[in-house]
Amino acid sequence: MPSHDKKHMLRSLFLSTLYLSAFTFGGGYVIITLMKERFVDKLHWIEEDEMLDMVAIAQSSPGPIAVNGAIVLGYKLGGFPGILVSVLGAIIPPFVILTMISFFYSAFKSSFAIQALLTGMRSGVAAVILSVVWDMFIGVVKARDAVLLLVMAAAFVCNYFLHINVVLIILAVILIGIVRTLLRGRKEARS
Amino acid sequence: MIYLRLFLAFVQIGAFSFGGGYAAMPLIQAQVIDTYHWLSAADFADLVTIAEMTPGPIAINAASFVGNQVAGILGAVVATVSVALPSCIFVTILAIVYQKYRKMTLMQGVLATLRPAVVSMIFAAGLTILLPTIFRDGVISFAAGDFKIRSAIYFIVALFVLRKWKPNPILVMLGCGAAELIVQLILR
Repeated sequence: MPSHDKKHMLRSLFLSTLYLSAFTFGGGYVIITLMKERFVDKLHWIEEDEMLDMVAIAQSSPGPIAVNGAIVLGYKLGGFPGILVSVLGAIIPPFVILTMISFFYSAFKSSFAIQALLTGMRSGVAAVILSVVWDMFIGVVKARDAVLLLVMAAAFVCNYFLHINVVLIILAVILIGIVRTLLRGRKEARS
Repeated sequence: MIYLRLFLAFVQIGAFSFGGGYAAMPLIQAQVIDTYHWLSAADFADLVTIAEMTPGPIAINAASFVGNQVAGILGAVVATVSVALPSCIFVTILAIVYQKYRKMTLMQGVLATLRPAVVSMIFAAGLTILLPTIFRDGVISFAAGDFKIRSAIYFIVALFVLRKWKPNPILVMLGCGAAELIVQLILR
């Protein structure tokens, strides 16, 4: 790729992730769909199949899905400079917005109207989170897998009642997952 | 040193939140409230509320907000870069490996096992937002003065509306906020 083309592509990549990150409410899954619309359907920079694989990588990796999506996209389109540019694009909008809010937060908090609004909204946030948890819970139950149910119950007890470090719980479950997947692979290879 | 502590806290949040969305919430809570006491439980509830109302991943929002509150703009830069750093390393490696082998059975198997654990930890984090919202000091008690009946009503109505009509969550939250504002204006 000629260098001016590459520069153009990097700029376009940066502006795209910046735009998507600034106007996407509702988390990682939404932003990934929008990335597909823009880069697969509109710009034709990536094949549909490859995009699906990139989504799988973004979702199975730790960290914010929007950032992970920006990294696979940036790497595919522009190598390491591409990663840098697209991650910056994804991070800058929330960084700027939250910095401004943080700056005014103490003034915010002492305002009667904002205080009342935030108090009421806490009930709404709790409802939104528990509603999402309910959907995820049903998803796990429907898998009809005793080990998964056991993991769910044990993780809750360890986290909520025993106050065991979240990172330790995750590491333990990763270990269980590795052992299970390897055992299952062996069983399938045998049959 | 505060920057080092911010780095350690947010690198862990970035490295261990699997599954996107709310998955980062229990980790943020563990680091920011329990380990380092940077935010109170009420501030954390406000942070989650603000994160819901603004674009961007909750982990990035939390990093920018907490960094600013604790150590100013430089703290925000450190926290935000730290939370994205594990992704940069991990996803890049995975993308390279994936280009070569095109198979991720192990990764997907691990993720399937991890999901129920993440669900229950998000549930636990949700409870630590819900309980102090409805009960004074977060301890379940229906004695007068301990039980915040208005908050409980907003919660039940919001949950009902969410389940029944599946509206935009932001509208539900704003509705709860507006209801409380109107009640307080009337009571004043």
